[in-house]
Amino acid sequence: MDEQIRSVLAEHGRFPVDVATLDDRADLYQAGMTSHASVSVMLALEDAFDIEFPERMLRKSTFESVAAIREALTELCATAVE
Amino acid sequence: MTTPVEAADKLVATATRIAEQVAGPVADDVDRKARFPVEAIDALRAERALSALVPVELGGDGLTVGQLSKAVSALARQCASTAMVFAMHHMQSASLVRHGHSEFLRDVARQLAERQLLLASATTELGVGGDLRTSHCAVERSGGRFRLEKQAPVISYGAYADMVLTTARRSPESPPNDQVLVVCAPPGLELEETGVWDTLGFRGTVSPGFVLRAEGDERCVIDDQFSDVLEHTMLPSSHVLWSSVWLGLAAAAVERARRFVRTEARKNPGTTPPSAIRLAELVAAFGQMEALVADASRRYDECWDDGEALSSMGFAIAMNSLKVSASTMVVDIVGRAMVICGMAGYREDSPYSLGRILRDAHGAAVMVNNDRILANNAQMLLVHKDG
Repeated sequence: MDEQIRSVLAEHGRFPVDVATLDDRADLYQAGMTSHASVSVMLALEDAFDIEFPERMLRKSTFESVAAIREALTELCATAVE
Repeated sequence: MTTPVEAADKLVATATRIAEQVAGPVADDVDRKARFPVEAIDALRAERALSALVPVELGGDGLTVGQLSKAVSALARQCASTAMVFAMHHMQSASLVRHGHSEFLRDVARQLAERQLLLASATTELGVGGDLRTSHCAVERSGGRFRLEKQAPVISYGAYADMVLTTARRSPESPPNDQVLVVCAPPGLELEETGVWDTLGFRGTVSPGFVLRAEGDERCVIDDQFSDVLEHTMLPSSHVLWSSVWLGLAAAAVERARRFVRTEARKNPGTTPPSAIRLAELVAAFGQMEALVADASRRYDECWDDGEALSSMGFAIAMNSLKVSASTMVVDIVGRAMVICGMAGYREDSPYSLGRILRDAHGAAVMVNNDRILANNAQMLLVHKDG
């Protein structure tokens, strides 16, 4: 999952730095992800994992780090299977 | 002990009095000369209205932005420039008191209340195309001090402000969107005027360009990152308070139209003047705008302390929609009033004159361009779900 998240971030996050150098908990917004790019990341994640982020998850904190994204996706994928 | 509701009601009464007795009589002079409405701002200071949003324990009234809305509209009915200065000051004071958590910054808020300091903002920068979430300039820190220099294309009432809240990159190494908000104040604040303010409307806000140079204690840098300040406070409060200004302009136009129709009716009792139908339509349109602004004020107040709700996309979309709708409605309403008042509204020398109101109203769609705001909403709607 992490690998896929990082590849989405690398492709759509438009970071001024290499995504591979970012720590799991590093603040992606502080690393340079704009809100414009974050929407692209959300769309690409929805497509890659075949999920939809519900309204309650559509906030900055859900996408602020690789770890936060992983937590959200884990929750959504678990619900999808049930 | 006054309750916030009592304090809010008192503020509306105070703003109404100042609008009618102080701001209104000089509004045309302020507009014609594009000069700062010093009389009205001084009167608001004297009534301690500049600390309305400062918490009670720091010497203010502890009001919310929604509670301020009616006072802003009351001022705008007489002088939109006065109302806009008052509104913009409060967007900044809200940012300071809601995001400056350190004892140092709480003390700045205390000073604001005690000395009734007027706050301005320098959020846009030359070369960023009006995007508030991008800065070129950066905060440089050394030995507990900060320093920054910013080319600001606009600082509203910059020359009359006691402090300027300025955005900049967190450090010279930070990317353009890793921003902080810095409280810049004398003696470490220098503003070099680089242009003139000669506009169609809101002429009394005196908003030319400046080169801003500031240095001071590094604790002047507001703790929360600017993206949170913008999301939770600056953006919703600007949209609610700007809309309140425009509502006041619309109310002034409606008031002239109503007066005009009544006068017409009196000339010919028994016959309803043709313009009365248009007035009925106008009052309905005004009701929509009033409801829109009241609802947005209430919505902001309801989640005022709820960081999660303030960060939601639904809230951001609602506040953006408010700005776009209210700024379009005000132009429509003033235009309708013009049709009702006819030549009397078109003339500059009549008691029904709508010229200044119309010019001010057209500022609404261009101060943070509606197309930029719609583009933001369009993007969020790609992922946002209903409910």
